[in-house]
Amino acid sequence: MAECNVDELLAKAQQDEAEKLRSITVHKELDLEFDVGNLLAIDNNRIETRDFKGQNKEEFLRSLARDNTQLLINEIWKLPTERVEEVIVAKLPEPTTLLPREKRPPKAKPATKWEQFAKLKGIQKKKKTNLVWDENRVAKNELNRLRNIARSQKGKVPGVGLTPTAQQSKDDLGRAVTVAKTSTASMGRFQDRLPKEKPAKNMGKKRKFEPLIGDFSNERQKQLELLKVLGNKTPKLDITKAVNKQMREEDREEAAAKYRKGAGKKGRKGNNMSGKGKGKGGKGKGVKGKGGKPGGGGGGGGGGKKRSKAGKH
Amino acid sequence: MDGVVKPKTRQSKRFLESRAPKLTENVKNAMIMKGGNTSQVVSQTLKNIYSLKKPTALLYKKKNITRPFEDSTSMEFFSKKTDCSLFLFGSHNKKRPNNLIFGRLFDFHVLDMIELGIEKYMSLSDVKGKTCPEGTKPMLVFAGDSFNTDNEYKRLKSLLIDFFRGPTVSAVRLAGLEHVLHFTALDGKIYMRSYRCLLKMSGCRTPRIELEEIGPSLDLVLRRTHLASDDLYKLAHKQPKALKPKKKKNISHDVFGTKFGRVHMQPQDLTKLQTRKMKGLRKRKGEAMADEGKKAKIVNGQS
Repeated sequence: MAECNVDELLAKAQQDEAEKLRSITVHKELDLEFDVGNLLAIDNNRIETRDFKGQNKEEFLRSLARDNTQLLINEIWKLPTERVEEVIVAKLPEPTTLLPREKRPPKAKPATKWEQFAKLKGIQKKKKTNLVWDENRVAKNELNRLRNIARSQKGKVPGVGLTPTAQQSKDDLGRAVTVAKTSTASMGRFQDRLPKEKPAKNMGKKRKFEPLIGDFSNERQKQLELLKVLGNKTPKLDITKAVNKQMREEDREEAAAKYRKGAGKKGRKGNNMSGKGKGKGGKGKGVKGKGGKPGGGGGGGGGGKKRSKAGKH
Repeated sequence: MDGVVKPKTRQSKRFLESRAPKLTENVKNAMIMKGGNTSQVVSQTLKNIYSLKKPTALLYKKKNITRPFEDSTSMEFFSKKTDCSLFLFGSHNKKRPNNLIFGRLFDFHVLDMIELGIEKYMSLSDVKGKTCPEGTKPMLVFAGDSFNTDNEYKRLKSLLIDFFRGPTVSAVRLAGLEHVLHFTALDGKIYMRSYRCLLKMSGCRTPRIELEEIGPSLDLVLRRTHLASDDLYKLAHKQPKALKPKKKKNISHDVFGTKFGRVHMQPQDLTKLQTRKMKGLRKRKGEAMADEGKKAKIVNGQS
């Protein structure tokens, strides 16, 4: 039952569809040629003279035109459409019918002397950078100009407090605050502070000296720390630096090997004799972390210096 | 300076530029003019065709006593003067009553001229009812096998397309497809009919078409023709190199329109494959060389 129903329904739907389509389908023996870009249709079917004479001329022509136009419209309606300002618009393809031109195609302009030269030399036109007008930059330049004038006249140059920028960062604002605070007659000495305000950072260099008399504990501590680093036998390992060093050393040895192969005895001799080579070996060991064996660099003062360097890394 | 005109003002420069040859050309303009004698039918026809063609046409109000088939220099002169490359010339005399000459020019020289006689005429104003707005791009339909077989008819078809097609557009308003020009070639006559197109509901997306006749409708017979030689015709069709589509390499289509592309692959170098980045595993120039270097170092250490 159910299957039968489905079949019936399908058949009915098909019929409906066919009926709908019948009003817009036209049967022709030869298909029409279309050039939708020109809204053009060409019907190459033979027209029977008998048909034409038999009935009303105008009626015949009109029905022929209707059928052909229907086919053309069907073709146009297949094109992709678009909605532009509340109006449905079909995008037309390029016209395919070849039509003669109105004038001859334009001749290429003769090259100017510069163009000839540029072609000869292979000079290509470079695109200039896209410079953009920046108001803030103008203000900044003006400020610099004034500062230059002030400097040339040996006047006091105001510090660059806050130059105008497009977007102020947190640092800029912080600097603005400190500049504003120090812009008093007493250089901000008696300015009030907020409860948790931090001291201004990076506000120019201020030289500071250790006191010559009095408490030396601070100085002593610094010296001790330095000694501690110097005396420490297990070196700190900075992997990046170590790897770099290792690689560079290997490269160098490779190059040396190559040179030796090429230059023969002389090269080998030079390599064995040189202190540099030894030093290198020492360094290499230090990096590898094989230990505090003083082997390579144990010799003179120079060696010692080198070892200390290795230890730092 | 052989005929080189250098503009002295900006305005004249713009004017000359608008008329200079271009890669993609302007819409062809048509000049519509009367000969020494014209009948009512011819002058009405000219006016009606002018109204069909209006934004890109020029109607001469005065008589021009010339015969294009005998001497085309005056047509060429007018063409140069008004920058029109299509013309329609109407005349009437005893030998050729109600005569229309459709023509086109290439590079200000006559390319094709086809003379048509009006047998029956119905004007725009004769038909009552709504007409199409001016400047509507018409749909052109040609029917009849002689438009495909006869050489003169072929040229006539090309000429009529050129004359009536209007500007080339990239998109068209679907509701604005109102005007149909239908040319039927039958029994040595050409029936030109102009219809207004009514879009009716059909139940599906595509509408059903009903046509309503509006003027002008003409029954024409072919008279004299002046067709360009094949060489000139070919030259006029020659497209500039810059306009031709560039050929794309390695792309082909089969019968069903499926696109095929050919891609060339080089063997991939797996030694250059980027694996996880680690400081200790940095890339070397070549691993083999590094091994040699290690050996050398060991030797060095022993010494």
